[in-house]
Amino acid sequence: MVVYIGFLAIFLFFAATLYDDGFLTQRNLTNIVLQTAPATIMAIGLVFALSAGEIDLSFGSIVAVAALSAAVAMQSFGLAVGVIAGLGAGVAIGALNGVLVAYLKLPSFLVTLATMGLFAGIARSMTDLRSIPVMNETFTGLFGSGKLFSIPSLVIWTVIGIGIGHLVYRHTKFGAHVLATGDNPRAAQVSGISVARVRFYVLTICGGCAGLAGLLYAGRLQAAKYTLGESDLMTVIAAVIVGGTLLNGGKGSVIGALVGSLMMGMLNNGLILMNLKVSDQMIVRGLIILLAVAVSLRDANR
Amino acid sequence: MTAEAEVLSLKNIHMAFGGVVAIQDFSLDLRAGEIVALVGDNGAGKSTLIKIVSGVYTPTSGTIRLGGETTSFADASSARSKGIEVVYQDLALADQQPVYMNMFLGRELTKPPFGLLDKARMRQESQTLVDELDVRIPSASSTIRDLSGGQRQGIAIARATHWASKLILLDEPTAALGVAETARVEELIANLKAKNLAILIISHSLDQVFKLSDRICVLRRGEQIGIRETAKTDKNEIVSMITGVA
Ligand SMILES: Nc1ncnc2c1ncn2[C@@H]1O[C@H](COP(=O)(O)OP(=O)(O)OP(=O)(O)O)[C@@H](O)[C@H]1O
Ligand SMILES: [Mg+2]
Repeated sequence: MVVYIGFLAIFLFFAATLYDDGFLTQRNLTNIVLQTAPATIMAIGLVFALSAGEIDLSFGSIVAVAALSAAVAMQSFGLAVGVIAGLGAGVAIGALNGVLVAYLKLPSFLVTLATMGLFAGIARSMTDLRSIPVMNETFTGLFGSGKLFSIPSLVIWTVIGIGIGHLVYRHTKFGAHVLATGDNPRAAQVSGISVARVRFYVLTICGGCAGLAGLLYAGRLQAAKYTLGESDLMTVIAAVIVGGTLLNGGKGSVIGALVGSLMMGMLNNGLILMNLKVSDQMIVRGLIILLAVAVSLRDANR
Repeated sequence: MTAEAEVLSLKNIHMAFGGVVAIQDFSLDLRAGEIVALVGDNGAGKSTLIKIVSGVYTPTSGTIRLGGETTSFADASSARSKGIEVVYQDLALADQQPVYMNMFLGRELTKPPFGLLDKARMRQESQTLVDELDVRIPSASSTIRDLSGGQRQGIAIARATHWASKLILLDEPTAALGVAETARVEELIANLKAKNLAILIISHSLDQVFKLSDRICVLRRGEQIGIRETAKTDKNEIVSMITGVA
């Protein structure tokens, strides 16, 4: 699959050109994995949504609302309530998208375009644009800088997320129904699959994943702000498409999305180490994503 | 020999959509091991009738008996659970999934203890099934979109045979196929008789109808014009029944 070749090509390129700048150090490589953890979790949700023939554009805004909800709730009520508030906000917004798409039969592109704007606004007004510190050390350990048997918690979250996502996607009835729904909704329906329920669930899963991603951001940065998740939309969609998931549904890969996401992380990291100006970074990244997506789609349509 | 057993019995079926009468006073008995062809011009009500028998529509009035017992179907799933399978004109296959996932679409096999998909068994049972019916495909793991139209229709028919215990409904199963592929699918359908299922087939091709069916039932604008034994009629009679021109 193209994503592995692309991953390898970018890796080798940076390894050669940025060797002296420390690209290959264990610390830098670990850092890439840690930085991509939230995007990888979002990507898992998006694989489900795209595979079912839907899309979620709102996950970036959900990340911000979830992180802020967790941070604010934690200040007054402690760890457990904070975590529940963060995840709950994600699931609830995802479920709202789901109801609008599955039961009111509105197109997910338009619904989530609207909720993207709506919840970006809500995130801004929640704390008047202020950043909320996250002091709870259990929380920052659990979702950020902590370690278990010397494995960073963000790596553990990534592995758990990918593991569960892959298992559900490839090896359960639900996963099969998601693929069938995206592939041919009429065939799925006449085969007794509840297409509406599948659509509701994939968007809810997307919201839940974005909620978890919000907690991971808040844990790593030890603060929550309305800007969290703001710039992830393009990266995550690109990671998922490059990873072999079709935009039109019916086919995809959770493992591919992980590799795609790491590839995007590596790209960001390498461009920074190359000392490019931010504007140049954006241009180069955009061009490389365009190339990667074009190659993946050509490959998928053959 | 149970070949004479009545599988499906429709009596005085009426179906109206608002003011439009799609079917009026339709009655038909189907026996096991028998192929009945349903013919009529466009809009005659053939598909509507199939949808009534497959549980998609509930008739305005009339009775449906299945294996001697009066039944009604809440929806397509309930008809399916009673042993009725439909092969749709537009296939109803998921193109990007493998053959075996389509064979078990909506009825996937799982294994204990976690209820995960049992892909190995689905693959193997699908392979047995296509081999048995002589549907020639590369393998049960092939992706549907890599197959020809005839192979796809073969999969759809194999799926129906696998799940049907009583009755298979075919709505123009060869409408989209070429000559050779049509012949293959016709062969498949003829072989289904040996399985002692009742088969109701809609077709616009009188050649096909005469080749396959035991009886022919003619509809014209929702009205049942008559039923003929295929061996005792000819194309001229059927054509004039369809068109109403003597
Ligand atoms: N859902 C519906 N609502 C209203 N009218 C309908 C509906 N379904 C079918 N009809 C009408 O019932 C009549 C019979 O339609 P049907 O699809 O059964 O015809 P058909 O014999 O299958 O035709 P064809 O050979 O073109 O497939 C037509 O007049 C059609 O317009
Ligand atoms: Mg029809």
